[in-house]
Amino acid sequence: MAEIVSLSDGIAAVVHDGDTLVMEGFTHLIPFAAGHEIIRQGRRDLTLVRMTPDLIYDQLIGMGCATKLIFSWGGNPGVGSLHRFRDAVENSWPLPLDLEEHSHAGMANRYLAGASGLPFAVLRGYVGTDLPAQTDTIRPITCPFTGEVLTAVPALSPDVTIIHAQRADRRGNVQMWGILGVQKEAVLAAKRSLITVEEIVDSLDPKPQEVVLPSFATTYVAVAPGGAHPSYAQGYSLRDNAFYTEWDAISKERETFLRWMDENVIRWAPAA
Amino acid sequence: MTPAYTADEMMTVAAARQLHNGTVCFVGIGLPSTAANLARATGAPDVVLIYESGTLGAKPDRLPLSIGDGILAETADAVVSVPEVFNYWLQPGRIDVGFLSAAQIDRYANINTTVIGADYRHPKVRLPGAGGAPEIAASCREVVVVLRQTPRTFVARVDFITSVGFGQGPGDRRRLGLSGSGPRVVITDFGILTPDPETCELTLVSVHNGSTAEDARAASGWRLAVSPELATTAPPTEEELSVLRRLEATKGA
Repeated sequence: MAEIVSLSDGIAAVVHDGDTLVMEGFTHLIPFAAGHEIIRQGRRDLTLVRMTPDLIYDQLIGMGCATKLIFSWGGNPGVGSLHRFRDAVENSWPLPLDLEEHSHAGMANRYLAGASGLPFAVLRGYVGTDLPAQTDTIRPITCPFTGEVLTAVPALSPDVTIIHAQRADRRGNVQMWGILGVQKEAVLAAKRSLITVEEIVDSLDPKPQEVVLPSFATTYVAVAPGGAHPSYAQGYSLRDNAFYTEWDAISKERETFLRWMDENVIRWAPAA
Repeated sequence: MTPAYTADEMMTVAAARQLHNGTVCFVGIGLPSTAANLARATGAPDVVLIYESGTLGAKPDRLPLSIGDGILAETADAVVSVPEVFNYWLQPGRIDVGFLSAAQIDRYANINTTVIGADYRHPKVRLPGAGGAPEIAASCREVVVVLRQTPRTFVARVDFITSVGFGQGPGDRRRLGLSGSGPRVVITDFGILTPDPETCELTLVSVHNGSTAEDARAASGWRLAVSPELATTAPPTEEELSVLRRLEATKGA
């Protein structure tokens, strides 16, 4: 059963140096508070995995937490480039960043295989593109029934997946709704999981198209009100679009980035 | 009397006119999303918009700020997971039109959104990457591309094929086993291009008011083919312009 812990205890328990770490969120319910706590705890040598690495991954990369990124689209959604990601790839600052690059369909199927306990997934994808020449986790496979050549991608089975959800009950059952991307698959694919939530309630009332992650399927739950800020948390908060725009200027230069991180993340301690 | 408008507005209006009532359209964020929502608010109220975040039949009354904007989920006929949108809805060929943009496009309408520069490991510019585009370009029945045309975006050969147009030319899509028929039309701020039925090479078939074939050629990195029956794009109507401006004004509101 999932244990309810503080955010800092939860991060310390699940994220270790050298881990393969997933923090999913398809521009909705992005676990920013958890990412900031990982930066404060000074984790290093992480392999970061996410379909749509955005601002929180830009911050982790710029702070030197990561040495590899497995992804399919890295940008500031609706705004433009991720400058810290680009600086790492183009100039190896602060560290070289190894890339394992896929398409969304490939990444989604890799999580699906991981959640299903399978070694790989099959899809129609990547054919004719230059991606297979750069990414050795994209291989052809022949259908044993029809002889058709398809594409295989290996399962993702991360050490830890962290997501943000709307709420949990006191037994650690997690409820989430709205655009849920690949979060359920990412949690079920992982060895350990931490779900941060807006609030903990006595009992969960049903919501349209909700997903519930039962307490027995996750490791830790931590309360982090506003933990998805500046992204959306449907039913709780809207996207702080001004911040996404401001991030472009904050992150453009190394000095302004480091100063912002120091003032807004490093020197800020979460409530116990 | 036609009101004054910008080349970008003409591009978005021309792109919106490519969508029709009942068309099921997989929409990329940015220019495609603006054009698709303009289509839905003007000539094609029953166009079905699908976003890769898993919102089927989204009907936003303002432009979504991102693919995860709550307005998409609140107004959709259904909200499904990302594995489902790609595996159940895109892959089997249920989508009529894939609506994409690009950082680079080449004479065979191959698309690059990955890197600028010849060396993938040491790129001049690292772009966001593939997202959903490779499989959208492969599996939708047809593809519409909208992008601004400059010698940097219109290149003889893309630095990296992120999404296949017509590969190296005629027959390549069939040889690769791609189920969709590929790019039907490319809309830019200069005009409208379609692939030549024989050579698959992008050919300028219409110029927007105020542009010439020579302008479009000057904005291309190869000697752009021009149709002998070159047309002039109908300028935006007052309705198209006012709806587009109302939508644009909702950005960040």
